[in-house]
Amino acid sequence: MTEKPPIRTLGPLARSEARWAYGFILAPFVGFVLFGLGPVLASALLSFYEYNLLGAPRWIGLGNFRELGGDARFHESLWNTAFFLLGIPVGMALSLLVALALNRMPGAPLLRSLYFLPAVTSIVAVSLLWTWLYNPEFGWINNVLSQLGIVGPAWLQDPLWVKPALILMGIWMGLGHSLLLYLAGLQSIPGALLEAASLDGAGVVGRFRWVVWPLLTPTTFFIVITSVIGTLQMFGQIYMMTQGGPEFASATTMYYLWETAFQWNRMGYACAMAWILGSAIIGATGAQFAVARRWVYYQE
Amino acid sequence: MVVGAVVMLLPFGWMLSTALQTPAEVFSQPPRWLPRAPQWGNFVQATTVVPFWQGVLNTLLITLPGLIGGLFASALAAYAFARLRFPGREMLFGTLLVTLMIPAAVTMVPLFVLFRELRWIDSFRPLIVPALFGGAYAIFFLRQFFRTLPADLDEASRIDGCSYWQTFWKILLPLAHAPVATLAVFGFLAGWNEFLAPLIYLSSPERFPLQLVLAEFQSLYYTDWSLMMAGATLASLPVMALYLVAQRYVAEGIALSGIKA
Repeated sequence: MTEKPPIRTLGPLARSEARWAYGFILAPFVGFVLFGLGPVLASALLSFYEYNLLGAPRWIGLGNFRELGGDARFHESLWNTAFFLLGIPVGMALSLLVALALNRMPGAPLLRSLYFLPAVTSIVAVSLLWTWLYNPEFGWINNVLSQLGIVGPAWLQDPLWVKPALILMGIWMGLGHSLLLYLAGLQSIPGALLEAASLDGAGVVGRFRWVVWPLLTPTTFFIVITSVIGTLQMFGQIYMMTQGGPEFASATTMYYLWETAFQWNRMGYACAMAWILGSAIIGATGAQFAVARRWVYYQE
Repeated sequence: MVVGAVVMLLPFGWMLSTALQTPAEVFSQPPRWLPRAPQWGNFVQATTVVPFWQGVLNTLLITLPGLIGGLFASALAAYAFARLRFPGREMLFGTLLVTLMIPAAVTMVPLFVLFRELRWIDSFRPLIVPALFGGAYAIFFLRQFFRTLPADLDEASRIDGCSYWQTFWKILLPLAHAPVATLAVFGFLAGWNEFLAPLIYLSSPERFPLQLVLAEFQSLYYTDWSLMMAGATLASLPVMALYLVAQRYVAEGIALSGIKA
């Protein structure tokens, strides 16, 4: 603890209080060092080594990063991951619409819970269910489409459709979560503000544009941040439903990273990949915080 | 909106319907919504062709110790950050919040190497031990709560001769039952549904938690859709029930996470 020296200047009572406090916060800090900071540093170090768990790690300098530069699969996984981000605005718009409709509507709590059920269902159960729904011959989706006279694609087996199919499933899974956040945001908007806007002649659209939307921007910002972080590390459904296929069209970087580390035991290479993915995640989050000042409105 | 809710629930309806059908019905064209005679036996079969109950037990054995120990450690730290004065308090709290920014992708490989060196692979330890140290999110959440309580509480307790520990254990922690319940519900849902970590650390089928057992259906019975849907239904019902019972806590927790961010 680097804070030790100033304690000597404290009185005995304050010193005792500080000692208790350090004791109380000790466990999370040990955890932070062992399972947070330590692994982050170890990961950085390992990315300069070749390590297959059997022999000793071998220093190869920037070798892993150079290999990543020419690794077409890695590039494709980055592209796939970026593509999956497209589902975020769609899901958010839908959940905002539902929240606006549900807000102050009778029976809203029940409907809200129904929308949230997919969010508490495990990724494994959801994956099994949607693999069945997307079954080209017997699945429910293609059967509904055929009744409308449309021949549905092979969804998860079609390189063109696999990403949209997973995005649709992701929207279904995540809708309830954003909905709850938006409903909480809507409920914190003072009714007096809306009334004032009405008196000034604002209609439904005007009230949304000038009152509701600005006051919801912190919620929107939070949903964007958490969804981007989650989507950039999408793994379970890829493992369960497609194993990255067909033709690697659905492999996310997280999936490729898992495969590299735990199927091929290329730990150093996986760490290098993790650092690029991690930098993307932190960079994306930081960039959003940087532009947040321009559009997120915080009430005093 | 009612229509929207029905659309949201349709996949679950299809899951349940398939779970109750015979194999012939599952592959009938056009598909049937209602099974001719509900095959309730599919549910029994789903729990016997794979070690379903063993999976449930393993999930509980993995989740509960980490959840209880972690909540305790988090609450204690949250109390210190909210109520005690000590040099470096804000800086240390900020450091802890940095953990929330560390992507799991980055720590995944070195943690595996670490646990492998400790010979913990294929045991529950990599899944339990890190959770025991408490989590930054829980600390943040409980600190917010403790800060809303009047300071007189602590002072009165101190004047009565209670130590800081007793003040925490006897006065403040009992008052925090609502936020602790919120975190417990979230922790349990997350533990029940956890997939990636057990996939990485466990290899013996008898140690698999429920989600890995459920994933086995796909490789072992990949054409038996009614069996798979029965398994998925059974694995989802407990958390759905928990959510419906405890949804007030869930809604409050989610609302708070969004507003304070």
